[in-house]
Order: sequence, then C-alpha cells, then structure tokens
Amino acid sequence: MNGATAAAVPASRSRAREAWIGYRTIVMREFGRIVRIWGQTIVPPAVTATLYFVIFGELIGRRIGEMGGYSYVQYIAPGLIMMSVITNSYGNVVSSFFGARFGKHVEEMLVSPLPNWLIVAGYVSGGVVRGLLVGAVVTAVALFFTHLHVHHAFLIVAAVLLTSIVFSLGGFINAVFAKNFDHISWFPTFILTPLTYLGGVFYSIALLPGWAENLSHLNPILYMVNGFRYGFLGVSDVDVGFAFAIMIGFAVTLYAAAVLLMHRGIGIRE
Amino acid sequence: MYALSIRNLTKTYRNGVQALKGIDLDVQEGDFFALLGPNGAGKTTTIGIVTSLVNKTGGAVSVFGHDLDTDLEAAKSCIGIVPQEINFNQFETPETIVVNQAGFYGIPRAVARERAEKYLKQLQLWDKRKAMSRTLSGGMKRRLMIARALVHEPRLLILDEPTAGVDIEIRRTMWEFLRGINAQGVTIILTTHYLEEAENLCRHVAIIDQGRITEHDRMSTVLRKLQTETFVLNLREAVAQAPSLPGYAVTLVDDHTLEVEVGKDRSLNDIFVRLAAQGVDVVSMRNKVNRLEELFMRLVAKDGAGAGGSTGAAAAAAGSAGGARAHGGGAR
Ligand SMILES: Nc1ncnc2c1ncn2[C@@H]1O[C@H](COP(=O)(O)OP(=O)(O)OP(=O)(O)O)[C@@H](O)[C@H]1O
Ligand SMILES: [Mg+2]
Repeated sequence: MNGATAAAVPASRSRAREAWIGYRTIVMREFGRIVRIWGQTIVPPAVTATLYFVIFGELIGRRIGEMGGYSYVQYIAPGLIMMSVITNSYGNVVSSFFGARFGKHVEEMLVSPLPNWLIVAGYVSGGVVRGLLVGAVVTAVALFFTHLHVHHAFLIVAAVLLTSIVFSLGGFINAVFAKNFDHISWFPTFILTPLTYLGGVFYSIALLPGWAENLSHLNPILYMVNGFRYGFLGVSDVDVGFAFAIMIGFAVTLYAAAVLLMHRGIGIRE
Repeated sequence: MYALSIRNLTKTYRNGVQALKGIDLDVQEGDFFALLGPNGAGKTTTIGIVTSLVNKTGGAVSVFGHDLDTDLEAAKSCIGIVPQEINFNQFETPETIVVNQAGFYGIPRAVARERAEKYLKQLQLWDKRKAMSRTLSGGMKRRLMIARALVHEPRLLILDEPTAGVDIEIRRTMWEFLRGINAQGVTIILTTHYLEEAENLCRHVAIIDQGRITEHDRMSTVLRKLQTETFVLNLREAVAQAPSLPGYAVTLVDDHTLEVEVGKDRSLNDIFVRLAAQGVDVVSMRNKVNRLEELFMRLVAKDGAGAGGSTGAAAAAAGSAGGARAHGGGAR
C-alpha cells in the first residue's frame, strides 16, 4: 500500500528523501513555534540588547574609553550578539524538547521511522534558527549605536553557527535529563549565564590579574566570543585557529552524546 | 505472515514492577483483534513495546516479519498507534498535527495535506481543523488521534482504549469507521473495557491478566467456553417468591424481576413453559451482562482469587476514566 510507487525509485534515494521530509517537518514545526510565541522568543532579547547598549555602550562606555583599540561599545557589540545567540539557541531547544517530553508529543516522533540522529539534528536546527534570528535582531539594534566593522565575514558566520549548534545541543541534553521545569532553568542560571559573563563579553581578559586570565582559558565561551569578535574587529584574546578547533570539538562531542542518549532512550522511553 | 508476532515478551519496570511475565501473541494479517484485561494487566505496556515507546526486558516482537531488534524502521512504518493518553501538542491545530505526523513518516507535504483532509473529514473534525486542539472535547481529541494514526496509511492499526469517554453515538460511528478500515485490509488491534465492543467488532481475542495471557483464541471459541448465561426476566405481575424452576438457579431480584442462570445444555423454551404453567407472564428478557463480560469476569476472578484487586469488567464497563488529561501551562 505505502511504498508501492516508491519501488521504482532506488531504495536509498527514497529513504534519503523521506529523511529530508522528516527533518524539514521538525524544523518547520520549531520555526512555527518560534513565530507563534514571538513575544517570548524574539522580543525579550531585543529589549535586553537595547538596554545593554544604552547602559554599557553609551552611558558607562563613554567613560571607559578604548578596549582592544576600539571604542567600548564597538568592542562589546560582538560579545552581546554572541551572548544573545547562546542564550536563545539553548533556551529554544531546552524548552521545546522538554515541552515535547512533558506534553508527551515527543511520542509522535518516537513511533515514526525518524532516526534519532535526525530528531537531534531537527531540534538543533530549530535552535540555530532562533539563535540566528535573535542574533540578527540584536545586530540591527547594535547598528543604531555603533558602526560594525567586518574583518572576516566567513569567520563571523562560522563562529555564530558553531556556537549556536553547540548550545542548541547543550539545551537538548539538558532537556533529556530534566524532570521538571526547575531543571530547565537551573543550568542556564547557574552555569551558562556566569560563564557567558566571564567569557570576555564585556572585557578583554588581558585586563584580569594573571590567575584569573589563566582560569578564563578553561571557559569554552571565551573561545566562541573571541572567535566571533575576531571576525568583526580582527582582535582576539586567544588563538583563533584554536578557538575554532574548540567549537568544532564541542559540537561533534555533544552531538554524539545527544544521539547516544536518544538511542538509550534516556528520559524518553521506560 | 503475521501482522504481529510476540514471543516470550517480558518487561520489568525500573521500580521493580513485573508488568509482563512472558507473553506470546500472534495476530493474523487482516484480523480484528481484541486485547482485553483488567486495569494494570499489561495491555498498554505490551502496546508500548510494539510501538517502541517502552524498552522490553526480554523476548522478541515482529511486525509483518520485521523484527523490532533488527529492522525497526520498517516495522515502525507499518504501525499506526492511537495511544491511551492524549499525546499531541495541545497548542497546535488538528490540521498541523496530522500533516506533521505524515511528515515524520516522510510523506510529501502535498500528499499529507490531502490525507489530512480525507481523515479529518471521515472523523468529523474538518470544521475543527483550525481550532487550537486544547479546545477540543475529549471525544474529538480521541478522533484526532485516530486521524493522526491513519495519515501514513499503516497496515496495522493499534488502538488503546479508543472509545474511553466517547458518547454512545460517536462510539457507534467509530465502530462503523473501524469496520470499514478493517474491510480495506488494515489489521486492527484494540483494547477496551467495553466488552460488548470487543464482542461486536473482533474476530480474535486475547485476555491478559497480571502480565500473562490467559486466553488466546477465536472470539466464537472463547465464547463457547461460557458454560452458563444469566438472563434477566421482567414480569408483568408482582410475585411474592421466586417461581419454581427445577434445574435452573433462580433469584428474585425484586417482585417484578427474575434472574435465571441457564446452562448451555438447557433450552430456554423449557423456562417459559414452566413459567406459563404457574401463571407468570414475562414481558421482556435480556442478558444480565454481555456474554464476553460474563466469561471475562469468571476467568479473571478464577485465577485472580483475591490477588490483583478489583479487576472488574463491571467497574471498567461503567466507563474507564479516559478522555482529556490536562497538561500544565508551559507545555509548549
Ligand atoms: N512507567 C511505569 N513505571 C512503572 N510501572 C509501570 C509503568 N507503567 C505501567 N506500570 C505498571 O505496569 C503494570 C501494567 O500496566 P499497564 O499500563 O500496561 O496496564 P493496562 O493493562 O494498560 O491497564 P489499564 O487498563 O488500566 O490501562 C501495572 O502494574 C502498572 O502499575
Ligand atoms: Mg492501559
């Protein structure tokens, strides 16, 4: 009944096509969710970003003077964009996938032939879509306050994509383990936000005392922010090649971990 | 080839509950099959394993010859599932839910839309297609899950208490609908606590109790095992005491109502002859409970003696609490 027409097409090709349709369905569903609740997904980051630019960029920034050879507002603009990409990628996947577990509609995907790696990829893409949308909004806000120099466009795109993927995966894994709504805000509040603030969004770690500068090198977000900032300004606290290696390493490891968790059925199958 | 074949299936939940203690089950292609059993017997667990929502502890399951361990995706494509509990996103519309489900099975968008229209219409949900599904009634939610289960046109449709909390009229249209689907060649497995429903619809039946299969046969064969039936007679005139009917167990329920237990080797004519001779006029007669129910209660009472609590088809037949399960806000 099904597959009768598909017999003419090579099986692998029709499988790939089915996988593509399944993937697109998840991504479009995520996109629909982002748009449906835009008041929760797009507006708050724009408001927060505007406040940051007004307070840190304009009011306080004028007194700080230069950092890394640029005006303070120019220096923090890439950091603020990156910060919003990180929180929104993470937040999108953690709340959407936890919601799917909590409301049980994750079962719609689990009973279907969608492979696990594709489900993870679909949710991560949803997180990337939200991250990039918000990143674009914050960039637009930034342009009201400052001029953004583009040093290396490819590195900008690569850094923002990789970072968005890494934190979408982080959100996915958080959602797998979460047992209630408190668990999905614990990690962002106590780990993610501190690491982001201490990851060189607002300052160059060269300003820190030696021990704190060394300690900062253990913070993965430092590499993401600096890789991204390098794409705009051409300045970085860390080696740019190493920064990208870190991002790729995290993305690959977390993706493998997420797929493995799905295979084991952790949090989704009794 | 069997639509579903289960061998020595066991399941022990993490909390130590042994829900399945070695189940064997075969469902023929094209069959209409009832899986019956009291609350907590293991029906949903069995279905959960077949639809890969629950990990099995041991044993083997194959769907149209596709083993779940080695050929999972092929097996999954053959199955449509209507779960016992609501499991769609209540913030989405019926149309979105059904079209997306087709997408998960790799069905192109245009085809998915046509099918969604077809099944939403057949299940009388078409005018609700744009409503937020949270606002549907319990019976509509159940029908939505049936439409969703059919959108990829599965060869095996599994329904876990599809008629729980559904009114009589809708239930009957649902029966007609399922008969039609079955006539088109779709194998159907159904759990229900309305035994009348199982007797009406199903050709084969398995009864599961405390994680074990206690009956697995043709419906007619199983019903033949029923040694006695109880009839309720309504009398025209009040009687003071039960009329004498030697060979039958008779109880006077009230002065107008008589219950008579009839062995299957006895004839009913005999009863009426004797009652007429005593001047007792019978206005109407019915089965006390439906035949399957009577058998079911005996089977479950026999091997459950004391254990397992009030299994009761009776309690269950009074209407198991199905229907909407509210989810907290924020479920999006
Ligand atoms: N997630 C779970 N964790 C632990 N035990 C469970 C779980 N789900 C079911 N059980 C137990 O497994 C047994 C079988 O439950 P199951 O849901 O399969 O019964 P059922 O036949 O579907 O009953 P009902 O008619 O009430 O739907 C019960 O003892 C139940 O308490
Ligand atoms: Mg059940």
